[in-house]
Amino acid sequence: MAQVKVYSTPTCPYCIRAKKYLSDKGIAFENIDVSADEEALKQMVDVSGQMGVPVLVIDGDVIVGFDQSRIDQKLGF
Amino acid sequence: MLDLVIIGAGPAGITAAIYAARKKIDFILVSKDLGGQTALSADVENYTGYQFIAGPDLVAKFEEHMRQFAITFHNGEAVTRIVQKPGSGFVVESGKNSYACRSVLIASGRRPRWLGVPGEEKYRNKGVSYCATCDGPLFSKKTVAVIGGGNSALDAALQMIAIAEKVYLVDINPALGGDEVMRRKVETSPKVEVLNNAKTLAITGERFVKAMKIDVSGQARELAVSGIFVEIGSTPNSDIADFVDRNASGEIVVDCLNRTSARGVFAAGDVTTVPEKQIIVAAGEGAKAVLGVSRYLVQEK
Repeated sequence: MAQVKVYSTPTCPYCIRAKKYLSDKGIAFENIDVSADEEALKQMVDVSGQMGVPVLVIDGDVIVGFDQSRIDQKLGF
Repeated sequence: MLDLVIIGAGPAGITAAIYAARKKIDFILVSKDLGGQTALSADVENYTGYQFIAGPDLVAKFEEHMRQFAITFHNGEAVTRIVQKPGSGFVVESGKNSYACRSVLIASGRRPRWLGVPGEEKYRNKGVSYCATCDGPLFSKKTVAVIGGGNSALDAALQMIAIAEKVYLVDINPALGGDEVMRRKVETSPKVEVLNNAKTLAITGERFVKAMKIDVSGQARELAVSGIFVEIGSTPNSDIADFVDRNASGEIVVDCLNRTSARGVFAAGDVTTVPEKQIIVAAGEGAKAVLGVSRYLVQEK
């Protein structure tokens, strides 16, 4: 099972879609709300080098934005 | 050869796909994303049948409706070019694939307009954002600037009042536009400083945005900000069809049957010259366009 982290904010439509997409595919993930956790925001900026959400980390690989084809590729769909 | 390729999966493209499926047209839908600008709208209160629905939820409804039909949908595939093949239709190219077809419906919508100043591209997603709904919460208790003076700028400013420490509203015009209700809320907020006649010149920083240089009525000024939200309108995604007539702002010229200047090429929604960029208008135009395509295909057979 892939280790999946989603850095997101509660309002961001692409975050909502990314999380829904993972749920629909039956993928368990850790959701990190960076609007509520400044340390997590710093961590997200460190791993992705930018501030846009969502950021997905799948088995250590960083995907910026809701990039469905890259998510599919990483998860083997 | 396909009968039709629909480009774009916003309200116009999705509605077109539903109509095309019901008309039993042999078609595919190709889009870089699902939902277009609707997926980024916060609250929708003027789509008939829904007193109130969030943009992403309306897109989910659209998708659910579309998925009732066995539609071939290439999502995540941006069309790069449409090529005319005189006498034998068109080829729609996406970089990944190319699709030969007898007709094309362009419903590729619009994208946020860029400022075109130094630093903008470098600091994109490093403080520069085109979506306050998405990235606003990252600037909790920070100083930010919203650039623009219309409704979308006012909306972004109102969102940021609730989050940021201070909000500069940088408007190039002598007075703010937009709805009076929103304008008053922004102008009376103690957190907001409105700068009129203010032209953005450059965005500066190190790894992330630190400041922006502006010209206010001829006076140079620098604002120390960590976030910049660009809300200066949008531009049509019409570059893929450079052979059809477009107006000065790049919108594809269509007649009342959604026909473009090129026979067999139709267009619908926000990418076109049809006035009033509204979800419901785009959806209706998508329906109308496919009915026109259907008639065209019958005539051409």
